[in-house]
Amino acid sequence: MKLKGSQIFIKALEQEGIDTIFGYPGGVLLDIYDELHRSNLKHILVRHEQGAVHAADGYARASGKVGVTLVTSGPGATNTVTGIANAHLDSIPIVVFTGQVPTPLIGTDAFQEADIIGITRPCTKHNFQVRRVEELAKIIQEAFYIARSGRPGPVLVDLPKDVMASMTDYEPLPPRAKELNSVPKPASKKAFYVLDLINEAKRPLLLTGGGVILGKASEELREMARRTKIPVTSTLMGLGAFPAKDPLWMGMPGMHGTYYANMALSHCDLLIAIGCRFDDRVTGKLDTFASKAKIVHVDVDASSINKNVMVDVPIVQDCKTALQSFNKLLMEQDFSVTDEQRKAWFDQIAEWRTNVPLTYCNSDEIIKPQFVIETLYKLTKGQAIIATEVGQNQMWTAQFYPFDEPNTFLSSGGLGTMGYGFPAAIGAQLAFPDKLVVDIAGDGSIQMNIQELATAVQYKIPVKIAILNNGFLGMVRQWQELFYEKRYSHTDMSFAPDFVKLAEAYGLLGLRAEKPGEVEAILRKGLEHPGPVVMDFKVAREECVYPMVRPGGPIHEMALGREMAN
Amino acid sequence: MEKQKKEHILSLLVNNKPDVLARVAGTLGGRGYNIETLCVDATMDPGVSKIILSVIQDQATITKIEKQLIRLIDVHSVSDLSKMETVMREMMLVRMKLTDKNKADIALIIDTFRGRVVTMNGDHCVIEITSTKEDIDRAIESLKPLGIDDMARTGIVALERMK
Repeated sequence: MKLKGSQIFIKALEQEGIDTIFGYPGGVLLDIYDELHRSNLKHILVRHEQGAVHAADGYARASGKVGVTLVTSGPGATNTVTGIANAHLDSIPIVVFTGQVPTPLIGTDAFQEADIIGITRPCTKHNFQVRRVEELAKIIQEAFYIARSGRPGPVLVDLPKDVMASMTDYEPLPPRAKELNSVPKPASKKAFYVLDLINEAKRPLLLTGGGVILGKASEELREMARRTKIPVTSTLMGLGAFPAKDPLWMGMPGMHGTYYANMALSHCDLLIAIGCRFDDRVTGKLDTFASKAKIVHVDVDASSINKNVMVDVPIVQDCKTALQSFNKLLMEQDFSVTDEQRKAWFDQIAEWRTNVPLTYCNSDEIIKPQFVIETLYKLTKGQAIIATEVGQNQMWTAQFYPFDEPNTFLSSGGLGTMGYGFPAAIGAQLAFPDKLVVDIAGDGSIQMNIQELATAVQYKIPVKIAILNNGFLGMVRQWQELFYEKRYSHTDMSFAPDFVKLAEAYGLLGLRAEKPGEVEAILRKGLEHPGPVVMDFKVAREECVYPMVRPGGPIHEMALGREMAN
Repeated sequence: MEKQKKEHILSLLVNNKPDVLARVAGTLGGRGYNIETLCVDATMDPGVSKIILSVIQDQATITKIEKQLIRLIDVHSVSDLSKMETVMREMMLVRMKLTDKNKADIALIIDTFRGRVVTMNGDHCVIEITSTKEDIDRAIESLKPLGIDDMARTGIVALERMK
């Protein structure tokens, strides 16, 4: 069968099971868009290419499938870079297709030409330029395989215009060989060793990360933790993999982690780290991190092991396989541990938890941002998919909205991209049209991709945006307060649009709450509204996120409030 | 683990494609590691190239570099030849200005380092020396006072003595 490159493109996507694309057309993509017009693929026209990549990323995080973006050459391609780098740092499987000028023009500084292969080399897992139409189908298959296999990540495929317009013989490719070994391997010597360590440990702790969610290993993690009665703390990226309602749950550790999680990390004698990469926001000062513990580290990516923290037992394996084989070993060995054996450790944790719980000072006068999040949790019963922007809104969400299921918390962890949450929420909503999807935003970050309001309205995507509006770039202001003697250099954002009127201008429902007493009613009204909503919460301007570990400081030294921080 | 920095020779088998050297170089450069020497050519399989490069780092850093390189889709294998029994050579071309005074000394140095004159015209000659890196360094030191016009070094090529 003779087909055009643009037709093969559509067929190859269909073969990968893709049904949704986030895109923005342009000159070099006209052949593809002409085919899209005829195909059954759902194309969401975003309003900026960065939004397209974050939406594909949110789609991928919520669904566990590969997200797809299609953008034009030159500025279309360069606009995707932040989104790609964001997915790269959080290991999110997406495939970004960029248009390119015709092959004879490449390298001539042609109109809308950019060397996107060179630009994205360090922020993709891999990238391809298709030079001949004959290799198109194979490259697309390879791109999806690379994106989702091993440690997932973004893959970019550059499509020159003439390649899309040329004809070739097309045969559907046979599916690629199975990627991940889903059969648990027999327990290795290392698993036996870990079992010995657990038997000897008096103060064991599990630290889990995004790898557990990416590796779809939440069930296995729960089984292991409950059977061994080991308390669990999880990095930002891993929230939801272990249910926050479980008594073994410790909350998030690190810079804005719970007091008890950080104390447990500093005092544990065995740390089993699964699918995390020891980010500096988690470890604080490396010399004092888990310094009393033997450390076991399971990760699918060998380069994550011994990168920041030197470990005693490295296990290079995907989280699911490693946990399955370990659980099997626990069963075969008839492993059990009594509450009595864990009593001293549990008592210690309970004491930390009672002495310094995660809390804040609520007010009757002024809306506290934490109160908005707590109320949101109450109203959604924890059943929503929550996206966040970056900064204080993100940390308060991680602290005050307990997550019980994986793939329900979407947040830019590694790159810390303001403007991520809203388009990511759009992506998640398309993956789950019937679920409630909420973006918890700040007044600064929501303005970074505000143009996607038009996308939400056009496609009737009922995402709910809750802006914690303090008129500041709150997290930077917090650092200025604590470390720069309150010199608020260029963080005052009180010159902002009226978000309610802005929502109305785009054709959304806009709501505002200015007093604590209005919060619940506004949230209720917004969540019950069938379409997209912007809810503007005028919150306390100079609220800080606590606990807080000084940057570069040991994580057991936390400021718990303003007095201690100053 | 050894904290002391020393030269490590890494040998990589990679896809013979336009972008691959940039990926390898970027993986090192992007993390602030300097490539001291670099040699690339196709292997017996024209689809596969061998990259031999040297970096001066401590062992822990070398391990990190190896792990980062092997993550690249186009890299098939990475081995640290410094850990194996390896033959290492480097080739140098030097152009010398010839005078009546320096001819005899140059001839002696060529003899000492088992080099040869590749071309000679009028008052210039180009010398080729293939040897170990250390010998090449020594040859340069000896030739310097005699007036080196220009020179080019290949960087280290290396091969394991046996599989």
